[in-house]
Amino acid sequence: MNPSPPAASPLDELPRVRRDLLPLALIPVIALLGVPLVGSFSTWVTLTFAGLAMGMIIFIIASGLTLVFGLMDVLNFGHGVFITLGAFLATAILGPLAGWTTSERILLNLGAVLVAMVAAMILVGLVGFLFERAIIRPVYGQPLKQIMITMGGMIVGEELIKVVWGPQAIPLLLPAGFRGSILMGEAAVEKYRLVAVVIGLIVFAAMFWVLSRTKVGLLIRAGVQDREMVECLGYRIKRLFIGVFVAGSALAGLGGVLWGLFQQSVVPQMGGAITVLLFIVIIIGGMGSVGGCFIGSLLVGLVANYAGFLAPKVALFSNILLMVIVLLWRPEGLFSVGKQ
Amino acid sequence: MFSRLLSGDLPRSRMLTLLLLGVLAALAFAPFLFPGAKALNVAAKICIFIVLVASFDLLLGYTGIVSFAHTMFFGIGAYGVAIAITRLGPTWAGVAAGTGCALLVSLLLSLLIGLFSLRVKALFYAMITLAVATAFMTLASQLSDFTGGEDGLSFKVPELLSAAFSLREAPFLGVSLNGKLLSYYLVFTATGLLFLLMLRIVNSPFGRVLQAIRENAFRAEALGYRIVVYRTLSNVLSALFATLAGVLLALWLRYNGPDTSLSFEIMIDILLMVVIGGMGTLYGGVLGASLFIVTQNYLQDLMKLASVAATPIPFLRDLVHPDRWLLWLGILFIVSIYRFPFGIVGKLRLKARPPA
Repeated sequence: MNPSPPAASPLDELPRVRRDLLPLALIPVIALLGVPLVGSFSTWVTLTFAGLAMGMIIFIIASGLTLVFGLMDVLNFGHGVFITLGAFLATAILGPLAGWTTSERILLNLGAVLVAMVAAMILVGLVGFLFERAIIRPVYGQPLKQIMITMGGMIVGEELIKVVWGPQAIPLLLPAGFRGSILMGEAAVEKYRLVAVVIGLIVFAAMFWVLSRTKVGLLIRAGVQDREMVECLGYRIKRLFIGVFVAGSALAGLGGVLWGLFQQSVVPQMGGAITVLLFIVIIIGGMGSVGGCFIGSLLVGLVANYAGFLAPKVALFSNILLMVIVLLWRPEGLFSVGKQ
Repeated sequence: MFSRLLSGDLPRSRMLTLLLLGVLAALAFAPFLFPGAKALNVAAKICIFIVLVASFDLLLGYTGIVSFAHTMFFGIGAYGVAIAITRLGPTWAGVAAGTGCALLVSLLLSLLIGLFSLRVKALFYAMITLAVATAFMTLASQLSDFTGGEDGLSFKVPELLSAAFSLREAPFLGVSLNGKLLSYYLVFTATGLLFLLMLRIVNSPFGRVLQAIRENAFRAEALGYRIVVYRTLSNVLSALFATLAGVLLALWLRYNGPDTSLSFEIMIDILLMVVIGGMGTLYGGVLGASLFIVTQNYLQDLMKLASVAATPIPFLRDLVHPDRWLLWLGILFIVSIYRFPFGIVGKLRLKARPPA
């Protein structure tokens, strides 16, 4: 007499998450489009690696920016200053470690870079914490003031960097083991680019794991989608936000180290100069989406390198062109985070 | 009549009135009060930036839109005159043609940007304009056949305005009456007229709608105003005024390049001027521009003294290094956003009329 459970109640089977993988295909499509355009295969390999490396570094920098925006609707126009700070810290740390960086042993080289990266992340994270407290905290929910005050933070930060390190460019040499390139068939690939790609992949994997497999990640993703609901469930989203902000700044510091090594010299304006690129990336990806940010960064990196080779003058606009095309296809960016 | 001239928008504070009159008097008699090329240059720059900052305030303070493309329109005006004179020769026709073309380009561009991106959030608009302005600056420095590239364009102005032209042999009150003086007064008069015109616009019913949109876009829309249309119009108007400011700059400097009119530094400068002076009131632009440019030109001298005095203290010495003047203005900027969001003007007006 026990009531037989309904055979397949709609509740038993949750609707499956619809995965939107189409934008993922963009990277190979763009890369393959590059082959006939560039002409020579070995040049293409070189360019592709350069683009991927650049894209990875941009991703590391931009991921924090997009998450902070997604979670709290705060767009930090001063994000660039964290990059600059990271790069300058790298010069300060790698300088005394010259014994390690000039050593022939690759492990010591790697150790030096790791020390620089970790130290930059910690220090920039700390600065990010202070920045959030002093600059952003008082202007939540006031977009106009936010834009201006983060801009002001950027100005002051850049000037302070000039106070400490001086306004001139400082060379940042690659450790001995990362210089030069290795040959893959006929294509020459710079070693450092490979390192950058590997580090970028590690960061992406770690971030992906945190966001999709941990409770904190779940809360962050939920917060991005609907902040109030998460608050209603009793979580203090502001605290979460501070954590994300600090992590985002730390990542920007890490990106700054990598970017400084990529450029092999650092100037106080480097962060400001890259800010536009970061905005383009997070708009392309969909504001608040980490996956979109990843794809957007790689696209921007690849397109910038192909265009730089094919038509240097067009290259300057290639990013904006890319953004316009993507927005024509998906006005909300590649992955819309589905805000109200 | 006075009230009518100012479109009924009186300073409403005795202190503010005094300050404004002081600025007006200083600018009107600058060549006679402060002799020397540098002082005149500073005065002319203040005039030009008053127009530029007021036009930016039309957008930021009155409509509540943050744009980072304002220097782009400033640059279009300056380049319009520079290119036209380089091509057509130093005649008034050249100036007119350049101004006309520049206004047209600005009109179309601002209309396009406005219609495309003013529907979205303030943040998006700020980002898009930043990207467009960067692209435009790269374009200007790349098209070197046309714009002179990074070096910019030096050109002659119509004879009446050139330093060689002399109105009278004998100097008047110790100032030689040459074309430089005439061009200063051209800049000064144009500034006055444009400023009054903008004052007229923001105090018209149209200006009231803009303020309503700033305060509460949703309610303004509910009252039946198409906010996209009003925002776009405000964007276009402010772009046109910025273009005219650019024209004045080119005529005054007889040179234009990417760094003088397009650079992002100038964009930050005008943002600082608007906020420090006071958003949402054109008088703020006057005070902000005057204070900022005087500081920019003379604070450094002061800091040089301080820097010499602080030489033994290493970190402090760098903090007051003359090149770090922007640091102090940046701090003032942040403090003013927190402590007095309506700038100097807002503070003065509040003081004049204590809350009931």
